[in-house]
Amino acid sequence: MNTDANTNGFLLKVDDLKTYFPVRKGLLRRTVGYLKAVDGISLAVKPATSFGLVGESGCGKTTAARSILRLIPVTSGKIIFDNIDILAANSARMRDIRASITLVFQDPFGSLNPRMTVANIVGEPLKIHKKITGSELTEQVRLILSKVGLSADAINRYPHEFSGGQRQRIGIARALILKPKLVICDEPVSALDVSIQSQILNLLKDLQQEFSLTYLFIAHDLAVVQFSCDIVAVMYMGRIVEQAPVSELYNNPLHPYTVALMAAIPKITVSPQASTHRLKGEIPSILSPPPGCPFNPRCRFAGENCFSQNPLLVPVAGNDEHLIACWHIKK
Amino acid sequence: MPEIDTLLSVENLSTHFFTQQGVVRAVQDVSFSVKKSRTFAVVGESGCGKSITALSIMRLVPEPQGKIVAGKINFGGRNLLDLSKKRMRAIRGNRIAMIFQEPMTSLNPVFTVGYQIEEAIRLHQHKSKSDARDLAIQALQQVRISDPKQRIKEYPHQMSGGMRQRVMIAMAISCKPELLIADEPTTALDVTIQAQILDLLDQLQKQSQMSVLLITHNLGIVAERAQDVAVMYASRIAELSDCKSLFDNPLHPYTQGLLKSLPRLGFTGKRLYTIPGIVPEPLRFPAGCKFHPRCPVGCNDKRCQTVEPQLRSLDNGRAVACWFAPGYERPDNPK
Repeated sequence: MNTDANTNGFLLKVDDLKTYFPVRKGLLRRTVGYLKAVDGISLAVKPATSFGLVGESGCGKTTAARSILRLIPVTSGKIIFDNIDILAANSARMRDIRASITLVFQDPFGSLNPRMTVANIVGEPLKIHKKITGSELTEQVRLILSKVGLSADAINRYPHEFSGGQRQRIGIARALILKPKLVICDEPVSALDVSIQSQILNLLKDLQQEFSLTYLFIAHDLAVVQFSCDIVAVMYMGRIVEQAPVSELYNNPLHPYTVALMAAIPKITVSPQASTHRLKGEIPSILSPPPGCPFNPRCRFAGENCFSQNPLLVPVAGNDEHLIACWHIKK
Repeated sequence: MPEIDTLLSVENLSTHFFTQQGVVRAVQDVSFSVKKSRTFAVVGESGCGKSITALSIMRLVPEPQGKIVAGKINFGGRNLLDLSKKRMRAIRGNRIAMIFQEPMTSLNPVFTVGYQIEEAIRLHQHKSKSDARDLAIQALQQVRISDPKQRIKEYPHQMSGGMRQRVMIAMAISCKPELLIADEPTTALDVTIQAQILDLLDQLQKQSQMSVLLITHNLGIVAERAQDVAVMYASRIAELSDCKSLFDNPLHPYTQGLLKSLPRLGFTGKRLYTIPGIVPEPLRFPAGCKFHPRCPVGCNDKRCQTVEPQLRSLDNGRAVACWFAPGYERPDNPK
């Protein structure tokens, strides 16, 4: 198997991914419609970089990540990881793939089994995927624990003996012990205290450099994403509405939703508030999205086209790396 | 003596929990005052005692484990801790109202939102059923819920998180409280909804001149919304200040570290500053200053390791609890 990603230099390529959940009603549980959790997203991640997916709750960012691992059935699309078509892989192949794509979860309390010792939690992937046991297993667990900044005496303790930040380190150790190519970080710091967040964010960055890791970074906090990612895609109601390299996106946000999202973040400076970009209303129900651009009920600029047609994600004029789905931006 | 424009003053409040594992000193020696029609923020990480401070003011500390062991809470010329349960009930929800973090769980799922708002009005204002309904509709209008006459008949599960938090606020302001305690009012909400709710609180405050005690872990919200702030760490106030000075010139090493470690929009550095170590557990607070094991200034200082600094007022109206803070008096012979 060719280990170098040569789908044009991308480790992961997702093409027009759709994940719909059927909505069933009535006595016969007939499918009456679909909840379009992920509605045609495309993205490409280069090795040893971080790709950020941001958006508010329910925008489909976690569903997208789970679809990539085929933890939920995908409706249509194409996912190429490391030259393998994930959606065409059989279950044995999928097992191998899952050894090279691992997950770091949001909740450091719910994601560790309270009845297992740290050694068992961190070592389990090795046992399952590499059939390593005994002293070699212990050795590897020790090594990875030291890499994530936990002391060796952590190995025989249970999750409840650790604080939230330390638990998140255990979760990271578990994700890294298989030496994965891609690590999906699903809100890795949003459950942590402020003074602990920066520790974990730095750790993830250090580990990325040491092991040349590729991250798919899912978060709702734009500041966290800015620090951690190279390319950022903003999602709204199952679609990517804007995507750009991190400095471009933050210096020159174009989509009205991105602008509003940034304006909504409380700034750590005492200054008169500028509430000019405040969004009206709430995210519409994803079961009955508005016709046209799904952002139109909340958009200040919504005009004719916006109510009839959903804009496609296309590059803005003069910058191939900056993509936007909005009728109001000159392409 | 509390100043004239002070609405609430908390003096040397200590709240402890008596558990099987030992005494948890959740709040120790906390003093601050909330001025009329201003927003006072209490900011800190989980377990620092900020919510217990709020519950103590409402006299809602879970008994029998929890107990307010010392202090005074002066509100409207009286010490709330001296009031009988009955008289406290007349104040709670009426002159002091509270909204909680979880808009999901703090509304009762089996009653309509209208009924829940009316309940507070009928209880405290002694209005008739139809008057209460009118006032409830008015309250929903005030929190900008569209079509309140219809909405009043709905159940909490029919509403979104932001909408439910608006209902909570409507309930809280329905009796025109002088003080609104908002305990992490937007933590469960998305950022765009958070901004809407905070804007709403600002507007309501301007209209009604109420004071807000805002409990939060988010320093950004403090910077944008509060005028005065107390930073809490491990059951004590580390620093007390007006908001602008705090962010311009933090005095306590904890505040300094916290402000430096936050990822901010526009930050382009390679690494974030970190405060080493972890937040201490309430049963295993370190001796001396509780921040000293993590402190870049005082971790090796004998005094920091053994003697806990008290919150002392400085000349500029701020207060800080740190042996090394500028302007902090260091008595030569501590006890």
